[in-house]
Amino acid sequence: MAYSNKVIDHYENPRNVGSLPKDNPNVGTGLVGAPECGDVMKLQVQVNPETGVIDDAKFKTFGCGSAIASSSLATEWLKGKTVDQALAIKNTDIVTELSLPPVKIHCSVLAEDAIKAAINDYKKKQSVTAKTVAAQEKAQPTV
Amino acid sequence: MAIKLPIYMDYHATTPVDPRVVEAMLPYFTEHFGNAASRNHPFGWEAEEAVDKARKQIADLIGANPKEIVFTSGATESNNLAIKGVAEMYREKGNHIITAVTEHKAVIDTCKSLEKDGYRVTYLQVRKDGLIDLAELRAAITDKTILISIMTANNEIGVVQPIAEIGAVAKDKGILFHTDAVQAAGKIPFNVNELKVDLVSITAHKMYGPKGIGALYVRRRNPRVLLAPQIDGGGHERGMRSGTLNVPGIVGFGKAAELCRLEMAQDTERLNALVARLNKRLHDGLDEIYINGSTEHRLPHNLNISFAYVEGESLLMGINDVAVSSGSACTSASLEPSYVLKALGAGDDLAHSSIRFGLGRWSTQEEVDYVSDKLIRVVTKLREMSPLYELAKEGVDLSTMQWEVH
Repeated sequence: MAYSNKVIDHYENPRNVGSLPKDNPNVGTGLVGAPECGDVMKLQVQVNPETGVIDDAKFKTFGCGSAIASSSLATEWLKGKTVDQALAIKNTDIVTELSLPPVKIHCSVLAEDAIKAAINDYKKKQSVTAKTVAAQEKAQPTV
Repeated sequence: MAIKLPIYMDYHATTPVDPRVVEAMLPYFTEHFGNAASRNHPFGWEAEEAVDKARKQIADLIGANPKEIVFTSGATESNNLAIKGVAEMYREKGNHIITAVTEHKAVIDTCKSLEKDGYRVTYLQVRKDGLIDLAELRAAITDKTILISIMTANNEIGVVQPIAEIGAVAKDKGILFHTDAVQAAGKIPFNVNELKVDLVSITAHKMYGPKGIGALYVRRRNPRVLLAPQIDGGGHERGMRSGTLNVPGIVGFGKAAELCRLEMAQDTERLNALVARLNKRLHDGLDEIYINGSTEHRLPHNLNISFAYVEGESLLMGINDVAVSSGSACTSASLEPSYVLKALGAGDDLAHSSIRFGLGRWSTQEEVDYVSDKLIRVVTKLREMSPLYELAKEGVDLSTMQWEVH
Protein backbone atom coordinates (compact mmCIF):
# COMPACT_ATOMS: atom_id res chain seq x y z
CA MET A 1 0.00 0.00 0.00
CA ALA A 2 1.52 3.28 -1.07
CA TYR A 3 0.49 5.86 1.49
CA SER A 4 0.69 9.63 1.28
CA ASN A 5 3.37 11.37 3.32
CA LYS A 6 0.67 12.76 5.60
CA VAL A 7 -0.56 9.26 6.51
CA ILE A 8 3.00 8.14 7.17
CA ASP A 9 3.64 11.23 9.31
CA HIS A 10 0.53 10.59 11.43
CA TYR A 11 1.47 6.91 11.73
CA GLU A 12 5.01 7.69 12.81
CA ASN A 13 4.16 10.68 14.99
CA PRO A 14 0.58 10.14 16.08
CA ARG A 15 -0.97 13.24 17.72
CA ASN A 16 -2.90 13.01 20.96
CA VAL A 17 -2.56 9.32 21.73
CA GLY A 18 -3.99 8.48 25.12
CA SER A 19 -7.07 8.46 27.28
CA LEU A 20 -9.16 11.01 29.15
CA PRO A 21 -11.07 10.10 32.32
CA LYS A 22 -14.20 8.57 30.85
CA ASP A 23 -16.33 9.16 33.97
CA ASN A 24 -15.77 12.90 33.85
CA PRO A 25 -19.08 14.56 32.85
CA ASN A 26 -17.22 16.88 30.48
CA VAL A 27 -15.61 14.01 28.59
CA GLY A 28 -17.36 12.23 25.74
CA THR A 29 -16.10 8.82 24.61
CA GLY A 30 -16.76 7.11 21.28
CA LEU A 31 -15.73 3.49 20.69
CA VAL A 32 -16.50 2.30 17.18
CA GLY A 33 -15.55 -0.59 14.91
CA ALA A 34 -15.00 -4.24 15.81
CA PRO A 35 -11.89 -6.35 16.34
CA GLU A 36 -13.01 -8.98 13.80
CA CYS A 37 -13.28 -6.26 11.15
CA GLY A 38 -9.70 -5.24 11.85
CA ASP A 39 -10.34 -1.75 13.16
CA VAL A 40 -11.48 -0.26 16.45
CA MET A 41 -11.24 3.44 17.28
CA LYS A 42 -11.61 5.06 20.66
CA LEU A 43 -11.96 8.81 20.43
CA GLN A 44 -12.50 11.14 23.38
CA VAL A 45 -13.29 14.82 23.64
CA GLN A 46 -13.16 17.05 26.68
CA VAL A 47 -15.48 20.04 26.48
CA ASN A 48 -15.09 23.22 28.44
CA PRO A 49 -18.48 23.60 30.14
CA GLU A 50 -18.20 27.40 30.18
CA THR A 51 -17.51 27.91 26.49
CA GLY A 52 -18.75 24.70 24.87
CA VAL A 53 -15.39 24.42 23.11
CA ILE A 54 -13.43 21.16 22.90
CA ASP A 55 -10.24 21.83 24.80
CA ASP A 56 -8.73 18.37 24.58
CA ALA A 57 -9.08 15.27 22.40
CA LYS A 58 -7.38 11.87 22.61
CA PHE A 59 -7.50 8.67 20.61
CA LYS A 60 -6.44 5.07 20.62
CA THR A 61 -6.81 2.98 17.47
CA PHE A 62 -6.43 -0.67 16.56
CA GLY A 63 -6.24 -0.67 12.80
CA CYS A 64 -4.21 -0.10 9.69
CA GLY A 65 -2.02 2.92 9.03
CA SER A 66 -4.82 4.99 7.54
CA ALA A 67 -7.15 4.19 10.45
CA ILE A 68 -4.48 5.46 12.83
CA ALA A 69 -3.88 8.54 10.67
CA SER A 70 -7.62 9.29 10.32
CA SER A 71 -8.18 9.25 14.07
CA SER A 72 -4.97 11.14 14.80
CA LEU A 73 -6.02 13.85 12.34
CA ALA A 74 -9.53 13.93 13.83
CA THR A 75 -8.17 14.73 17.30
CA GLU A 76 -6.10 17.57 15.84
CA TRP A 77 -9.13 19.03 14.13
CA LEU A 78 -11.41 18.64 17.14
CA LYS A 79 -9.37 20.77 19.49
CA GLY A 80 -10.67 24.35 19.57
CA LYS A 81 -13.94 23.49 17.83
CA THR A 82 -17.37 23.83 19.38
CA VAL A 83 -19.46 20.71 19.70
CA ASP A 84 -21.57 21.74 16.70
CA GLN A 85 -18.52 22.51 14.59
CA ALA A 86 -17.14 19.09 15.51
CA LEU A 87 -20.28 17.40 14.24
CA ALA A 88 -19.80 19.13 10.90
CA ILE A 89 -16.51 17.27 10.21
CA LYS A 90 -17.14 14.92 7.28
CA ASN A 91 -15.26 11.77 6.36
CA THR A 92 -14.59 13.27 2.92
CA ASP A 93 -12.62 16.07 4.58
CA ILE A 94 -10.34 13.42 6.08
CA VAL A 95 -10.05 11.57 2.75
CA THR A 96 -8.98 14.78 1.02
CA GLU A 97 -6.54 15.87 3.71
CA LEU A 98 -4.81 12.46 3.90
CA SER A 99 -5.19 11.55 0.18
CA LEU A 100 -6.66 8.20 1.19
CA PRO A 101 -6.99 5.64 -1.61
CA PRO A 102 -10.52 4.29 -2.33
CA VAL A 103 -9.97 1.04 -0.37
CA LYS A 104 -9.22 3.09 2.73
CA ILE A 105 -12.29 5.33 2.69
CA HIS A 106 -13.93 3.17 5.36
CA CYS A 107 -11.18 4.33 7.78
CA SER A 108 -12.35 7.93 7.36
CA VAL A 109 -15.98 6.85 7.80
CA LEU A 110 -15.00 5.15 11.02
CA ALA A 111 -13.27 8.34 12.22
CA GLU A 112 -16.41 10.37 11.49
CA ASP A 113 -18.48 7.78 13.36
CA ALA A 114 -16.05 8.01 16.28
CA ILE A 115 -16.40 11.81 16.44
CA LYS A 116 -20.20 11.55 16.40
CA ALA A 117 -20.18 8.80 19.03
CA ALA A 118 -17.92 10.85 21.31
CA ILE A 119 -20.04 14.00 20.97
CA ASN A 120 -23.26 12.05 21.51
CA ASP A 121 -21.79 10.49 24.62
CA TYR A 122 -20.87 13.95 25.89
CA LYS A 123 -24.35 15.31 25.13
CA LYS A 124 -26.00 12.35 26.83
CA LYS A 125 -23.88 12.88 29.94
CA GLN A 126 -24.70 16.59 29.94
CA SER A 127 -28.44 16.00 29.74
CA VAL A 128 -28.21 13.41 32.51
CA THR A 129 -26.17 15.84 34.60
CA ALA A 130 -28.62 18.64 33.86
CA LYS A 131 -31.53 16.41 34.85
CA THR A 132 -29.78 15.34 38.02
CA VAL A 133 -29.02 18.93 38.89
CA ALA A 134 -32.60 19.91 38.15
CA ALA A 135 -33.89 17.01 40.19
CA GLN A 136 -31.60 17.89 43.05
CA GLU A 137 -32.66 21.51 42.93
CA LYS A 138 -36.30 20.46 42.92
CA ALA A 139 -35.73 18.16 45.86
CA GLN A 140 -34.07 20.91 47.86
CA PRO A 141 -36.23 21.91 50.79
CA THR A 142 -37.33 25.51 50.65
CA VAL A 143 -36.28 27.57 53.59
CA MET B 1 28.91 -6.32 10.04
CA ALA B 2 26.43 -3.81 8.69
CA ILE B 3 23.14 -5.44 7.95
CA LYS B 4 21.78 -5.20 4.43
CA LEU B 5 18.31 -3.67 4.18
CA PRO B 6 15.60 -4.45 3.29
CA ILE B 7 15.57 -7.91 4.85
CA TYR B 8 13.75 -10.69 3.02
CA MET B 9 11.73 -12.98 5.31
CA ASP B 10 9.04 -14.02 2.86
CA TYR B 11 10.53 -17.25 1.49
CA HIS B 12 7.06 -18.82 1.28
CA ALA B 13 6.11 -16.33 -1.40
CA THR B 14 9.15 -16.99 -3.51
CA THR B 15 12.88 -17.55 -3.18
CA PRO B 16 15.86 -15.99 -4.92
CA VAL B 17 17.45 -18.23 -7.54
CA ASP B 18 20.61 -19.86 -6.20
CA PRO B 19 23.61 -18.55 -8.19
CA ARG B 20 24.61 -22.19 -8.86
CA VAL B 21 21.21 -22.66 -10.49
CA VAL B 22 21.61 -19.55 -12.65
CA GLU B 23 24.99 -20.77 -13.76
CA ALA B 24 23.55 -24.12 -14.81
CA MET B 25 20.77 -22.43 -16.75
CA LEU B 26 22.72 -19.82 -18.71
CA PRO B 27 24.09 -21.98 -21.55
CA TYR B 28 20.56 -23.15 -22.33
CA PHE B 29 19.46 -19.67 -23.34
CA THR B 30 22.18 -19.11 -25.92
CA GLU B 31 24.50 -21.97 -26.78
CA HIS B 32 22.15 -24.92 -26.25
CA PHE B 33 18.91 -23.28 -27.28
CA GLY B 34 17.43 -26.28 -29.08
CA ASN B 35 13.86 -27.54 -28.88
CA ALA B 36 13.83 -30.75 -26.87
CA ALA B 37 11.26 -32.13 -29.30
CA SER B 38 13.57 -31.75 -32.31
CA ARG B 39 14.57 -35.38 -32.79
CA ASN B 40 16.66 -35.04 -35.94
CA HIS B 41 19.59 -32.79 -35.05
CA PRO B 42 22.14 -32.21 -32.28
CA PHE B 43 20.52 -28.98 -31.05
CA GLY B 44 17.42 -30.95 -30.15
CA TRP B 45 19.42 -33.85 -28.71
CA GLU B 46 21.36 -31.56 -26.38
CA ALA B 47 18.18 -30.01 -25.12
CA GLU B 48 16.53 -33.38 -24.64
CA GLU B 49 19.54 -34.69 -22.76
CA ALA B 50 19.46 -31.67 -20.42
CA VAL B 51 15.74 -32.20 -19.82
CA ASP B 52 16.30 -35.90 -19.07
CA LYS B 53 18.99 -35.06 -16.55
CA ALA B 54 16.77 -32.50 -14.82
CA ARG B 55 13.85 -34.92 -14.81
CA LYS B 56 16.04 -37.39 -12.94
CA GLN B 57 17.24 -34.73 -10.47
CA ILE B 58 13.65 -33.78 -9.69
CA ALA B 59 12.49 -37.41 -9.48
CA ASP B 60 15.35 -38.16 -7.06
CA LEU B 61 14.23 -35.37 -4.73
CA ILE B 62 10.82 -37.03 -4.23
CA GLY B 63 11.74 -40.68 -4.69
CA ALA B 64 10.01 -41.00 -8.05
CA ASN B 65 10.81 -42.46 -11.46
CA PRO B 66 11.84 -39.77 -14.01
CA LYS B 67 9.05 -40.97 -16.32
CA GLU B 68 6.56 -39.90 -13.67
CA ILE B 69 7.51 -36.22 -13.88
CA VAL B 70 5.34 -34.00 -16.11
CA PHE B 71 6.60 -30.45 -16.57
CA THR B 72 4.15 -27.57 -16.27
CA SER B 73 4.34 -23.80 -16.00
CA GLY B 74 4.12 -23.93 -12.20
CA ALA B 75 2.17 -25.39 -9.33
CA THR B 76 -1.09 -23.62 -10.14
CA GLU B 77 -1.11 -25.44 -13.45
CA SER B 78 -0.01 -28.68 -11.77
CA ASN B 79 -2.93 -28.45 -9.33
CA ASN B 80 -5.35 -27.72 -12.15
CA LEU B 81 -4.03 -30.60 -14.23
CA ALA B 82 -4.10 -33.07 -11.34
CA ILE B 83 -7.60 -32.25 -10.13
CA LYS B 84 -9.37 -31.49 -13.41
CA GLY B 85 -7.41 -34.21 -15.19
CA VAL B 86 -8.53 -36.88 -12.70
CA ALA B 87 -12.08 -35.54 -12.47
CA GLU B 88 -12.51 -35.70 -16.22
CA MET B 89 -10.79 -39.07 -16.66
CA TYR B 90 -12.59 -40.87 -13.82
CA ARG B 91 -16.03 -39.28 -14.31
CA GLU B 92 -17.59 -42.70 -14.95
CA LYS B 93 -16.27 -43.96 -11.64
CA GLY B 94 -17.54 -41.11 -9.50
CA ASN B 95 -17.94 -37.39 -9.06
CA HIS B 96 -16.85 -36.74 -5.50
CA ILE B 97 -13.63 -35.00 -4.42
CA ILE B 98 -12.37 -34.40 -0.88
CA THR B 99 -10.11 -31.48 -0.02
CA ALA B 100 -9.64 -29.08 2.93
CA VAL B 101 -10.63 -25.49 3.66
CA THR B 102 -7.02 -24.42 4.20
CA GLU B 103 -5.78 -25.47 0.75
CA HIS B 104 -4.18 -22.97 -1.60
CA LYS B 105 -6.58 -21.11 -3.89
CA ALA B 106 -5.19 -23.03 -6.85
CA VAL B 107 -6.81 -26.15 -5.36
CA ILE B 108 -9.93 -24.57 -3.85
CA ASP B 109 -10.88 -22.57 -6.92
CA THR B 110 -10.20 -25.56 -9.19
CA CYS B 111 -12.60 -27.59 -7.05
CA LYS B 112 -15.15 -24.75 -7.11
CA SER B 113 -14.97 -24.70 -10.88
CA LEU B 114 -15.62 -28.48 -10.97
CA GLU B 115 -18.65 -28.01 -8.72
CA LYS B 116 -20.19 -25.90 -11.47
CA ASP B 117 -19.74 -28.91 -13.77
CA GLY B 118 -21.71 -31.22 -11.48
CA TYR B 119 -18.94 -32.57 -9.25
CA ARG B 120 -19.43 -32.74 -5.50
CA VAL B 121 -16.65 -31.47 -3.26
CA THR B 122 -16.20 -31.94 0.49
CA TYR B 123 -14.05 -29.25 2.10
CA LEU B 124 -12.75 -30.73 5.35
CA GLN B 125 -12.45 -28.38 8.30
CA VAL B 126 -9.17 -28.32 10.20
CA ARG B 127 -8.54 -28.58 13.92
CA LYS B 128 -7.19 -25.70 15.99
CA ASP B 129 -3.66 -26.79 15.10
CA GLY B 130 -4.40 -26.55 11.37
CA LEU B 131 -4.32 -30.29 10.73
CA ILE B 132 -7.18 -32.30 9.29
CA ASP B 133 -8.91 -34.97 11.35
CA LEU B 134 -8.38 -38.43 9.82
CA ALA B 135 -11.68 -39.67 11.22
CA GLU B 136 -13.46 -36.84 9.41
CA LEU B 137 -11.63 -37.74 6.24
CA ARG B 138 -12.72 -41.39 6.50
CA ALA B 139 -16.28 -40.33 7.23
CA ALA B 140 -16.36 -38.07 4.16
CA ILE B 141 -15.47 -40.88 1.75
CA THR B 142 -18.34 -42.26 -0.35
CA ASP B 143 -18.46 -44.84 -3.14
CA LYS B 144 -18.39 -41.90 -5.55
CA THR B 145 -15.11 -40.44 -4.18
CA ILE B 146 -12.45 -40.41 -6.89
CA LEU B 147 -9.85 -38.04 -5.47
CA ILE B 148 -8.47 -36.73 -2.18
CA SER B 149 -6.41 -33.54 -2.47
CA ILE B 150 -4.66 -32.41 0.71
CA MET B 151 -1.60 -30.18 0.72
CA THR B 152 1.60 -31.37 2.38
CA ALA B 153 2.59 -28.10 4.07
CA ASN B 154 0.48 -24.99 4.37
CA ASN B 155 1.79 -21.83 2.73
CA GLU B 156 0.63 -19.53 5.54
CA ILE B 157 1.03 -21.41 8.79
CA GLY B 158 3.56 -24.01 7.65
CA VAL B 159 1.80 -26.96 9.25
CA VAL B 160 2.56 -30.36 7.74
CA GLN B 161 -0.47 -32.62 7.24
CA PRO B 162 -0.29 -36.36 8.06
CA ILE B 163 0.32 -37.27 4.43
CA ALA B 164 1.41 -40.90 4.97
CA GLU B 165 -1.73 -41.58 7.03
CA ILE B 166 -3.96 -39.94 4.40
CA GLY B 167 -2.11 -41.93 1.73
CA ALA B 168 -2.85 -45.15 3.59
CA VAL B 169 -6.55 -44.29 3.83
CA ALA B 170 -6.72 -43.43 0.14
CA LYS B 171 -4.90 -46.58 -0.91
CA ASP B 172 -7.11 -48.73 1.31
CA LYS B 173 -10.23 -47.27 -0.34
CA GLY B 174 -8.83 -47.28 -3.86
CA ILE B 175 -9.06 -43.49 -4.15
CA LEU B 176 -6.41 -41.40 -5.88
CA PHE B 177 -4.46 -39.02 -3.63
CA HIS B 178 -3.06 -35.69 -4.80
CA THR B 179 -0.92 -33.42 -2.65
CA ASP B 180 0.19 -29.86 -3.29
CA ALA B 181 3.76 -30.15 -1.97
CA VAL B 182 4.96 -26.75 -3.14
CA GLN B 183 6.05 -25.56 0.29
CA ALA B 184 7.36 -28.92 1.47
CA ALA B 185 9.34 -30.32 -1.46
CA GLY B 186 13.02 -29.62 -1.08
CA LYS B 187 12.51 -28.51 2.52
CA ILE B 188 11.50 -31.71 4.32
CA PRO B 189 12.00 -35.37 3.37
CA PHE B 190 9.37 -36.37 0.84
CA ASN B 191 9.06 -39.79 -0.79
CA VAL B 192 6.11 -40.60 -3.05
CA ASN B 193 6.19 -44.32 -2.20
CA GLU B 194 6.57 -43.97 1.55
CA LEU B 195 3.77 -41.40 1.59
CA LYS B 196 1.60 -43.38 -0.88
CA VAL B 197 0.73 -40.34 -2.97
CA ASP B 198 -0.39 -40.61 -6.60
CA LEU B 199 -0.09 -37.02 -7.76
CA VAL B 200 2.23 -34.30 -6.43
CA SER B 201 2.42 -30.63 -7.43
CA ILE B 202 5.78 -28.91 -7.08
CA THR B 203 7.37 -25.73 -8.37
CA ALA B 204 10.92 -24.49 -8.85
CA HIS B 205 10.67 -20.95 -7.50
CA LYS B 206 9.94 -22.06 -3.93
CA MET B 207 13.18 -24.07 -3.85
CA TYR B 208 15.71 -21.54 -5.14
CA GLY B 209 14.91 -22.23 -8.79
CA PRO B 210 13.38 -19.96 -11.44
CA LYS B 211 9.74 -18.89 -11.75
CA GLY B 212 7.55 -20.22 -14.53
CA ILE B 213 8.49 -23.88 -14.26
CA GLY B 214 6.76 -26.53 -12.20
CA ALA B 215 5.98 -30.22 -12.34
CA LEU B 216 3.31 -32.74 -11.58
CA TYR B 217 4.33 -36.17 -10.37
CA VAL B 218 1.95 -38.71 -11.92
CA ARG B 219 2.20 -42.28 -10.57
CA ARG B 220 2.80 -44.84 -13.31
CA ARG B 221 2.54 -48.03 -11.35
CA ASN B 222 0.29 -49.39 -8.66
CA PRO B 223 -1.92 -47.72 -9.70
CA ARG B 224 -1.21 -46.22 -13.10
CA VAL B 225 -2.84 -42.79 -12.96
CA LEU B 226 -4.49 -41.48 -16.10
CA LEU B 227 -5.14 -37.81 -16.68
CA ALA B 228 -7.25 -35.97 -19.21
CA PRO B 229 -4.89 -33.30 -20.60
CA GLN B 230 -5.94 -29.72 -19.96
CA ILE B 231 -3.72 -28.22 -22.68
CA ASP B 232 -3.89 -29.84 -26.11
CA GLY B 233 -1.24 -29.66 -28.79
CA GLY B 234 1.86 -31.50 -29.87
CA GLY B 235 1.50 -34.29 -27.33
CA HIS B 236 4.53 -33.43 -25.20
CA GLU B 237 5.01 -34.97 -21.75
CA ARG B 238 3.45 -38.29 -22.78
CA GLY B 239 0.37 -36.46 -24.00
CA MET B 240 -0.45 -35.04 -20.60
CA ARG B 241 0.81 -31.52 -21.17
CA SER B 242 1.48 -30.16 -24.64
CA GLY B 243 3.75 -27.20 -25.28
CA THR B 244 7.43 -26.73 -26.08
CA LEU B 245 9.48 -27.48 -23.00
CA ASN B 246 11.04 -24.56 -21.14
CA VAL B 247 14.54 -26.03 -21.31
CA PRO B 248 16.48 -23.39 -19.33
CA GLY B 249 13.76 -23.40 -16.68
CA ILE B 250 13.79 -27.18 -16.47
CA VAL B 251 17.58 -27.25 -16.19
CA GLY B 252 17.36 -24.72 -13.36
CA PHE B 253 14.57 -26.66 -11.66
CA GLY B 254 16.68 -29.83 -11.84
CA LYS B 255 19.74 -28.14 -10.38
CA ALA B 256 17.66 -26.51 -7.64
CA ALA B 257 16.11 -29.88 -6.73
CA GLU B 258 19.52 -31.51 -6.59
CA LEU B 259 20.89 -28.79 -4.28
CA CYS B 260 17.87 -29.09 -2.02
CA ARG B 261 18.32 -32.85 -1.80
CA LEU B 262 22.02 -32.60 -1.00
CA GLU B 263 21.79 -29.68 1.42
CA MET B 264 18.45 -30.37 3.09
CA ALA B 265 19.87 -31.72 6.33
CA GLN B 266 22.21 -28.79 6.93
CA ASP B 267 19.66 -26.18 5.76
CA THR B 268 17.06 -27.65 8.12
CA GLU B 269 19.40 -27.63 11.09
CA ARG B 270 20.38 -24.01 10.48
CA LEU B 271 16.79 -22.86 9.89
CA ASN B 272 15.45 -24.69 12.93
CA ALA B 273 17.95 -22.80 15.06
CA LEU B 274 17.15 -19.43 13.46
CA VAL B 275 13.38 -19.87 13.77
CA ALA B 276 13.74 -20.99 17.38
CA ARG B 277 15.84 -17.90 18.08
CA LEU B 278 13.31 -15.59 16.45
CA ASN B 279 10.49 -17.22 18.37
CA LYS B 280 12.31 -17.04 21.70
CA ARG B 281 13.30 -13.40 21.32
CA LEU B 282 9.74 -12.40 20.43
CA HIS B 283 8.28 -14.38 23.33
CA ASP B 284 10.86 -12.90 25.73
CA GLY B 285 10.13 -9.36 24.58
CA LEU B 286 6.33 -9.44 24.34
CA ASP B 287 3.32 -10.88 26.14
CA GLU B 288 0.19 -12.21 24.44
CA ILE B 289 1.67 -13.47 21.21
CA TYR B 290 0.43 -16.72 19.76
CA ILE B 291 1.89 -19.17 17.27
CA ASN B 292 -0.67 -20.11 14.63
CA GLY B 293 -0.79 -23.79 13.78
CA SER B 294 0.81 -26.91 15.19
CA THR B 295 4.22 -26.33 16.73
CA GLU B 296 5.05 -29.99 16.32
CA HIS B 297 4.10 -30.71 12.70
CA ARG B 298 5.61 -27.73 10.99
CA LEU B 299 8.07 -26.66 8.30
CA PRO B 300 11.48 -25.80 9.73
CA HIS B 301 11.57 -22.35 8.14
CA ASN B 302 8.08 -21.08 9.01
CA LEU B 303 6.80 -19.05 11.93
CA ASN B 304 3.31 -17.53 11.93
CA ILE B 305 2.54 -15.39 14.95
CA SER B 306 -0.42 -13.29 16.02
CA PHE B 307 0.45 -10.20 18.03
CA ALA B 308 -2.77 -9.66 19.99
CA TYR B 309 -4.32 -6.15 20.00
CA VAL B 310 -2.20 -4.95 17.08
CA GLU B 311 -3.40 -4.86 13.47
CA GLY B 312 -1.15 -6.54 10.90
CA GLU B 313 -0.94 -3.82 8.31
CA SER B 314 0.03 -1.15 10.82
CA LEU B 315 2.62 -3.60 12.11
CA LEU B 316 4.04 -4.06 8.61
CA MET B 317 4.22 -0.26 8.22
CA GLY B 318 6.38 -0.12 11.32
CA ILE B 319 8.82 -2.70 9.97
CA ASN B 320 8.87 -1.46 6.40
CA ASP B 321 12.48 -2.53 5.87
CA VAL B 322 11.49 -6.16 6.47
CA ALA B 323 9.62 -8.22 3.87
CA VAL B 324 7.07 -10.46 5.59
CA SER B 325 3.37 -11.21 5.03
CA SER B 326 0.30 -10.64 7.15
CA GLY B 327 -3.07 -12.35 7.34
CA SER B 328 -4.69 -8.97 7.92
CA ALA B 329 -7.55 -7.97 5.64
CA CYS B 330 -5.88 -4.68 4.87
CA THR B 331 -2.94 -6.41 3.23
CA SER B 332 -5.05 -8.65 0.98
CA ALA B 333 -6.59 -7.70 -2.33
CA SER B 334 -9.93 -9.14 -1.22
CA LEU B 335 -10.03 -7.06 2.00
CA GLU B 336 -10.85 -10.28 3.85
CA PRO B 337 -8.62 -11.63 6.59
CA SER B 338 -6.76 -14.86 5.88
CA TYR B 339 -9.20 -17.75 5.35
CA VAL B 340 -6.53 -20.14 6.62
CA LEU B 341 -6.23 -18.39 9.98
CA LYS B 342 -10.01 -18.02 10.21
CA ALA B 343 -10.29 -21.79 9.71
CA LEU B 344 -8.25 -22.35 12.88
CA GLY B 345 -11.18 -20.85 14.77
CA ALA B 346 -9.08 -18.50 16.91
CA GLY B 347 -11.18 -15.48 15.97
CA ASP B 348 -10.84 -13.01 13.15
CA ASP B 349 -9.04 -10.51 15.33
CA LEU B 350 -6.05 -12.84 15.61
CA ALA B 351 -6.03 -13.24 11.83
CA HIS B 352 -5.83 -9.45 11.50
CA SER B 353 -2.89 -9.47 13.92
CA SER B 354 -0.79 -12.14 12.26
CA ILE B 355 2.63 -12.04 10.65
CA ARG B 356 4.10 -14.86 8.58
CA PHE B 357 7.87 -15.19 8.75
CA GLY B 358 9.46 -17.35 6.08
CA LEU B 359 13.18 -17.86 6.49
CA GLY B 360 15.47 -19.36 3.91
CA ARG B 361 18.86 -20.28 2.62
CA TRP B 362 20.30 -16.79 3.05
CA SER B 363 18.67 -15.77 6.32
CA THR B 364 21.17 -14.87 9.04
CA GLN B 365 21.23 -14.56 12.79
CA GLU B 366 21.88 -10.82 12.47
CA GLU B 367 18.69 -10.51 10.44
CA VAL B 368 16.71 -12.48 13.00
CA ASP B 369 18.00 -10.23 15.78
CA TYR B 370 17.28 -7.05 13.84
CA VAL B 371 13.75 -8.16 12.96
CA SER B 372 12.86 -9.34 16.47
CA ASP B 373 14.22 -6.17 18.13
CA LYS B 374 12.35 -3.96 15.71
CA LEU B 375 9.11 -5.92 16.06
CA ILE B 376 9.20 -5.73 19.83
CA ARG B 377 9.59 -1.94 19.62
CA VAL B 378 6.80 -1.52 17.07
CA VAL B 379 4.35 -3.88 18.78
CA THR B 380 4.94 -2.13 22.10
CA LYS B 381 4.34 1.27 20.52
CA LEU B 382 1.19 0.12 18.69
CA ARG B 383 -0.19 -1.50 21.82
CA GLU B 384 0.21 1.79 23.66
CA MET B 385 -2.18 3.25 21.14
CA SER B 386 -4.48 0.23 20.95
CA PRO B 387 -7.88 0.60 22.64
CA LEU B 388 -8.11 -3.20 22.72
CA TYR B 389 -4.90 -3.56 24.70
CA GLU B 390 -6.14 -0.90 27.13
CA LEU B 391 -9.48 -2.68 27.58
CA ALA B 392 -7.77 -6.03 28.04
CA LYS B 393 -5.44 -4.58 30.64
CA GLU B 394 -8.49 -3.17 32.47
CA GLY B 395 -9.73 -6.74 32.64
CA VAL B 396 -12.46 -6.43 30.00
CA ASP B 397 -13.19 -9.64 28.11
CA LEU B 398 -13.14 -8.46 24.50
CA SER B 399 -15.00 -11.50 23.24
CA THR B 400 -18.08 -10.68 25.34
CA MET B 401 -18.17 -7.00 24.38
CA GLN B 402 -20.87 -5.78 22.03
CA TRP B 403 -19.16 -4.47 18.91
CA GLU B 404 -20.88 -2.58 16.19
CA VAL B 405 -19.86 -4.69 13.18
CA HIS B 406 -19.65 -2.54 10.08
